[in-house]
Amino acid sequence: MAKIVAGVATSHVPAIGAALDNGKAGEPYWQPVFKGYEESKRWIAEQKPDVVILVYNDHASAFSLEIIPTFAIGCADSFEPADEGWGPRPVPVVQGHPDLAWHIAQSAILDEFDMTIINQMPVDHGLTVPLSLMFGQPDAWPCKVIPLAVNVVQYPPPTGNRCFNLGRAIRKAVESFDQDLKVVIFGTGGMSHQLQGPRAGLINREFDTAFLDNLTKDPQALARMPHLEYLREAGSEGIEMVMWLVMRGALNEAVEEIHRFYHVPASNTAVGHIILENR
Amino acid sequence: MTDAKPYDDIPGTTVFDAGRSRQGYHLNMFCMSLMKAENREAFRADERAYLERFPMTPDQRQTVLDRDWNGMLQLGGNIYYTSKIAACDGLSFQQIAAKMTGSTQADYAQMMLNGGRPVTGNRSKAEWNHG
Repeated sequence: MAKIVAGVATSHVPAIGAALDNGKAGEPYWQPVFKGYEESKRWIAEQKPDVVILVYNDHASAFSLEIIPTFAIGCADSFEPADEGWGPRPVPVVQGHPDLAWHIAQSAILDEFDMTIINQMPVDHGLTVPLSLMFGQPDAWPCKVIPLAVNVVQYPPPTGNRCFNLGRAIRKAVESFDQDLKVVIFGTGGMSHQLQGPRAGLINREFDTAFLDNLTKDPQALARMPHLEYLREAGSEGIEMVMWLVMRGALNEAVEEIHRFYHVPASNTAVGHIILENR
Repeated sequence: MTDAKPYDDIPGTTVFDAGRSRQGYHLNMFCMSLMKAENREAFRADERAYLERFPMTPDQRQTVLDRDWNGMLQLGGNIYYTSKIAACDGLSFQQIAAKMTGSTQADYAQMMLNGGRPVTGNRSKAEWNHG
């Protein structure tokens, strides 16, 4: 039986990937960001997951306004890093796990989550920056990755509650898969940030801290949070944090916080990161 | 599409909802075309001619020519799309963010280093009007 053992949440700021790819990780501006993930890298090297289910959003790379799937699951054998306008990131090709991905798709659809099935998709910084933060710069990613793309660009994104419940459906699907696999689920994006308009640069440390606290203390309260509150309190792009709730919904009610990191700024964004293990 | 939205009260923010997505479809799809190197070259060679390939409004084309980043958002542009013009121009996300806030790059970067724009005083239009 496959099993989800832990959840990881992290921001996926593109500038973090660029800093790493351009050898700037040691510069004073970036050094504190990467330091916050040192313990995480050790942790995941010990965990050795077989599969990471990586919840993220595409930033007008694989998808445009032509087709906007609310939830899309990558079922391909592999996924190439996307060319986001300045060449693809120099990171390994992402190897998928089609057997488990298709199993999750079928199980979730029969569980009334209408997933879009993706057989061909480049993956952008939303997916590759979290892999870089957690695994560094290996020649090949050390595990299979199932991309799960959530629309958070076109308003409205799915509700936090819907995301949380999708997480539950993913857990049910994973636990009904007949291979022994150790699975870690990532929720990415956030934390507070606004990239657009005269209010750009908004950061709300208090909101972010409460969000991190409530992942263990009261995830149901987070699931009930309306979109308006994200937009107003965490910035227009802070609404990405609904994706963290897919991760949280896939874990046990009782979780233990293993690691937390919070840092302002990375470019325009508050970097937030947490590791939760099932208890 | 014309009903007031609860998020319209958030100052300095355009939410990319159904109305804006419909309004900005061709503007955003023009931006999307800049993902291809040959299109970037064609755009750089003759911006006006390239923009004519897309059935955008004259106002939308003008905001692109003027690099009026806030104007593009108001005419249905989405930041993840309009930022592709910035990438084509060799500008970083932070550089256009600074422009949209009316700051210099240096002042904006310093604001971020100081912890970012605080939410206090920036939650509603009333706070901006009376602040």
